[in-house]
Amino acid sequence: MSKSLFLSRWPARIFVGVLAGCFFLFLGVPLVALLFHEPPGLLWAAMQRPEALQALQLSIYTTSVSTLLTVLFGLPVAYVLARMQFPGHDLLETLVTLPTVFPPVVAGVALLLTFGRFGLIGRYLTPLGLSIPFTTPAVILAQMFVSSPFFINTAKAGLEQLDRRYEQAAYTLRASPFYAFRRVVMPLIRPALLTGIGLAWARALGELGATITFAGNFPGVTQTMPIAVYIAAESDLDTAVALSVVLLAVSFGLLLALRIGRGRLVG
Amino acid sequence: MRRFRHALMLFVLLCTLFLAACGGSTSSTTSTATTAPAVTTLNVFAAASLKESFNVIAAKYTRAHPNITIKLNFAGSQILEQQIASGAPADVFASADQTTMQKAVDAGLVGNSQVFVKNRLTVIIPAANPGNINTLKDLSRKGVKIDIGAPAVPAGKYSLQVLAKMAQSSNYGPAYENAVKVNFVSQETDVKAVVNKVQLGEVDAGFVYVTDVTAAVSNKIKMIDIPDNFNVIAQYPIAVTKSSAHSNDARAFVQYILSPEGQAVLQQYHFIAFNP
Repeated sequence: MSKSLFLSRWPARIFVGVLAGCFFLFLGVPLVALLFHEPPGLLWAAMQRPEALQALQLSIYTTSVSTLLTVLFGLPVAYVLARMQFPGHDLLETLVTLPTVFPPVVAGVALLLTFGRFGLIGRYLTPLGLSIPFTTPAVILAQMFVSSPFFINTAKAGLEQLDRRYEQAAYTLRASPFYAFRRVVMPLIRPALLTGIGLAWARALGELGATITFAGNFPGVTQTMPIAVYIAAESDLDTAVALSVVLLAVSFGLLLALRIGRGRLVG
Repeated sequence: MRRFRHALMLFVLLCTLFLAACGGSTSSTTSTATTAPAVTTLNVFAAASLKESFNVIAAKYTRAHPNITIKLNFAGSQILEQQIASGAPADVFASADQTTMQKAVDAGLVGNSQVFVKNRLTVIIPAANPGNINTLKDLSRKGVKIDIGAPAVPAGKYSLQVLAKMAQSSNYGPAYENAVKVNFVSQETDVKAVVNKVQLGEVDAGFVYVTDVTAAVSNKIKMIDIPDNFNVIAQYPIAVTKSSAHSNDARAFVQYILSPEGQAVLQQYHFIAFNP
């Protein structure tokens, strides 16, 4: 491969090594600093606090549901954007990426103005007895709103790179569209899908601003791990650091698992 | 497509030029401003609820003292205390509660502190009053949505103290306190978030400081007064930090806040003047 040829030359190797090394340190040292901020005993104690467990449970539950829903709704969006040309295509494509630039609190306010009591959609839900803000579904909606672009864009890139002839071959063999998608397209873009799921899931897990604005903060109902960390930091920085280490460990484990799973499928 | 790309590049280039021009003009104005000899910058770290009043006080003070510029940093008191503990360059620290100031004193971050102003709590409701709240008693009605500061936030702590006082009274009692607590839908990380949710009408009522009912929101929310016998008077202490490089100037600024002139500004924003 051309990449390894490039790296076979010494100057190139040193050049790349120094730059990459610096950046690994830039990303890694803050993590190490967090880990060594306090003795492991304190970490263990923080992990066993009931509110920490409750927040972790809620975080895992909500991010799992939001990631599932993101895949369910996001995959058709990615497919439409990758495979169809229509007026307004570029506009929709930009729209889908926009939530990544939304300042988080603004995303929360936007959701309140949509699903809130006096929101554009919410005002029709209220007479039906449906109230979304300050509930667990609100946490899931906030997470989906900010994390779905990561999945959609990755899945779209995977679909765009896929040679369409595979799909067309399946159709000539009279496969139904759903069958062709499930048995031909999905396996071929699986690495992209898994990367997208990982990114979206990680973003949802770290989500704070939109959630606290749209869903509020109530232990057991809407208090996710990042909110618990934020609240803890107000009174006790040590607990906050301990909680964030737990959050980071869980995320690291899941992202690593996805990466290994991806590697296995490719190899 | 290529034409579009060229147009886009031109657009980006123009934006950059525009920003560069703006940056250039601002830097030139500051350079002319700094021709005056030896300007001292005071970094004032103040609780979020002091935002409006301190902006005015700082503007008045720097007008009277051209050799001083004041940089204000507003956040929750706990966050400010942690920033100072981590070495943030603060000259003056104004906290919304004694607990946080005591923490800073214990950590050796600040010298002597003194109370410079007082604040009290109020219940606010959206102007449209979707929860049909007219008295404090209505807060205990089933299904009312109440927003409050988290217990770690001074405003949240004081709100719980108000409810505890009401539980002691025969008019309300412990059942009232419990019923109100059941109606909490969220515990915000700072008191301004409570104001936002009430302002948007997403909750029926919230516990905030009277000073949070600023001119910007006063037409969107209504106040329900909490009587003195149940209210909690929040004491705001102020101190000069030990790390301050301009402690004399910092002390002079603190004196100005304590002076009748400084107190008058604070009272304009519904604070209660301190009694020395």
